[in-house]
Amino acid sequence: MTAPRAIWQGIEPVPHQRVYFANHSSNGDFVLLWTVLPAPLRRKTRPVAALDYWLKSPMRAFIGREVFNAVLIDRRPEARAEDPVTQMVTALDQGASLIIFPEGQRNSSDAQLLPFKSGLFHLAKTRPEVDLVPVWIANLNKVMPKGEVIPLPLICTVTFGAPLHLAADEAKDAFLARASQALLALQPHLQGDA
Amino acid sequence: MTSPHLLWLLAGVGAILVLASIIGEILRQRRSPTGDNPVIENLNARITSWWVMVIMLGLAFIAGKPGVILLFALCSFAALREFLTLTTHNRADHWSLLACFFLILPLQYYFLLIDWYGLYSIFVPVYAFLLLPVASALRGSTTDFLIRVSETQWALMICVYCASHVPALLYLQIPGFEGRNVILIAYLIFVVQLSDVMQYVWGKLIGRTKVAPNLSPSKTWEGLFGGALTASAVGTALWWMTPFSPLEAAAMCLLITTMGFFGGLVMSAIKRDRGVKDWGHLIVGHGGFIDRLDSVIFAAPIFFHVTRYFWSAT
Repeated sequence: MTAPRAIWQGIEPVPHQRVYFANHSSNGDFVLLWTVLPAPLRRKTRPVAALDYWLKSPMRAFIGREVFNAVLIDRRPEARAEDPVTQMVTALDQGASLIIFPEGQRNSSDAQLLPFKSGLFHLAKTRPEVDLVPVWIANLNKVMPKGEVIPLPLICTVTFGAPLHLAADEAKDAFLARASQALLALQPHLQGDA
Repeated sequence: MTSPHLLWLLAGVGAILVLASIIGEILRQRRSPTGDNPVIENLNARITSWWVMVIMLGLAFIAGKPGVILLFALCSFAALREFLTLTTHNRADHWSLLACFFLILPLQYYFLLIDWYGLYSIFVPVYAFLLLPVASALRGSTTDFLIRVSETQWALMICVYCASHVPALLYLQIPGFEGRNVILIAYLIFVVQLSDVMQYVWGKLIGRTKVAPNLSPSKTWEGLFGGALTASAVGTALWWMTPFSPLEAAAMCLLITTMGFFGGLVMSAIKRDRGVKDWGHLIVGHGGFIDRLDSVIFAAPIFFHVTRYFWSAT
């Protein structure tokens, strides 16, 4: 209904193991990203999602685990049994590609992007050979603002950028800043009339 | 619903498309055998999309009034989606925007279906105009309020109200023309779109002087006059299938092709302001629904009301 449109700007949709990292403005984010991936890639791609949200009700747990095959991580350091980075690395080692939202929560503020959590850096460090692909999802926060139930049929675009890798001696903050910049640079209105 | 005249017109359009497809294929083989000439590739994509659009319209005509109304309701929906994607709104407008899509649009076409002229001719400019801002105001956000409500109203007027005047032509009661109203729709769309196509062709062939260089690099005076005159000449030659005399048909054609041109110009200004080249991407080669319909949207209400005033019994 939102006629999502994929723009492959820095990379081609080929079956290469990847970590897609995207801005997070709505619950539909990963579904949208998922739908614009070609089917063979889609089957191998698992979203990384918050356990505290997705295990809240049996319905959500079923959708999260069975339909989307999500890697559920616990956002609460004090309560968790498993380290999220270890979980993600395990999934990568099983051959999956991942969708992650490094902001760690839905962004309903006026800021374009919240500061990234460090998980992306740890992934890049542990598995340096995997492509880290920035993905900007535009307009979905307007389609379904936080707290609304009925989606508004507006056109969304999903823009895939050139992959990133951790440089040899790049520090955590520098890498996260670079990743964040790469993501922001994909915003449609910054590209003139492309 | 179908009449021999309509079949003639559709057959004529079919013949033009066959010819265009052949020319497109010859151009491709001569100039762009590897598919690397973007103009020729775009031309062929446009011709393919024309086939789809003409077939859809033909099927709607066969299905009768409900079919035509449903087709234009769907076009309105797609156009509104493209338009509202580019307008200013914030979270407080969620409900009023939902109302545009799921309340106002279906109601406008429903009033049309039951032929309630007194309501569908004022529904958007009066009721939606006054009530929609209330829905936004109740949510309490005042930032850019006037901009938000005006742009939403503009989207509704263009994409729903004006567009709905195309199927409204089915309900005009013209003495001596009963049962043939579908010709009016086919005639309007044919003349206006032919003008668009011929403006493109003339512009590509002899276009030099740009009408509004800031707005659109592809609109030239040569293209405008060539396109409008060619389409009007063809439209005048088809006067026998309309309620108009040859002279009236010529005047009517000039009127709607001019309005069509203005439509393209105004919609280009909006696109340019919002920094996009096309409204959408769903009609391959053309862009979005609004890119294809802008001229018809501007011509339809004028064509409807002029025809109604001078020829209709009611």
